[in-house]
Amino acid sequence: MNTYKLDITEEHCPMTFVKTKLELTKLNPGEILEVLLKEGEPLDNVPKSSEEQGFEIVEISHVENDIYKVIIKK
Amino acid sequence: MNDVVRNKKLSIICFSGSFDKLVAAFTLATGAAAVNYEVHIFFTFWGLNAIKNDKGRHFIGKGALAKIFNFLMGGINNVPLSRLNFFGISPKLMNRMMKKSNVATLKELIEAAIALNINLYSCEMSMNILGIKKEDFIPEIKEVIGVPRFLEYSAGGERIFI
Repeated sequence: MNTYKLDITEEHCPMTFVKTKLELTKLNPGEILEVLLKEGEPLDNVPKSSEEQGFEIVEISHVENDIYKVIIKK
Repeated sequence: MNDVVRNKKLSIICFSGSFDKLVAAFTLATGAAAVNYEVHIFFTFWGLNAIKNDKGRHFIGKGALAKIFNFLMGGINNVPLSRLNFFGISPKLMNRMMKKSNVATLKELIEAAIALNINLYSCEMSMNILGIKKEDFIPEIKEVIGVPRFLEYSAGGERIFI
């Protein structure tokens, strides 16, 4: 099963959500997307909106400073 | 993967053809589509300039007056800032500032709207006035519609006029 990576630490609303959504649509069921994002709005809302769309949040971990990694399973 | 429930809907009447208001319309639309809203954008009057195939100034349309009007209005590359336009210099400066700040430009937002399969419509009445056809717009325009059809598509959701 493939794991894909997406870095949206330099993005702002709405592209944080847009890029995550477009990346997730490319995945097959069961595949994993690792998203690097910043705290604040992206961290508050990317996991939440991904769950609302039926994806599973496997893990949220702190990477460094204000950067977090969210692991999403389709 | 859980079952996806998609019951949220946002419909935007895009009347304005100014750079800043188009950025607002496409930011709302793409943001909503990204969090699983069903999104519809109904382009009417000045808003039609955002979806023309010809991105610059071209004499399109049926009849001399329509050709002049369409030339003066131009396409997406000519949209003015609603304030402090300074003969078209400001949108270019704004675009540069957006790029520098890593904020999506109008062009990127429109590309994102297309990638997210947002439903784009053009207004039949405005097209008649301006003498333009569906072929004058980008191919992603799903349908040419009027008020009743827009009300039907947007029923049960939120409607915004920009």
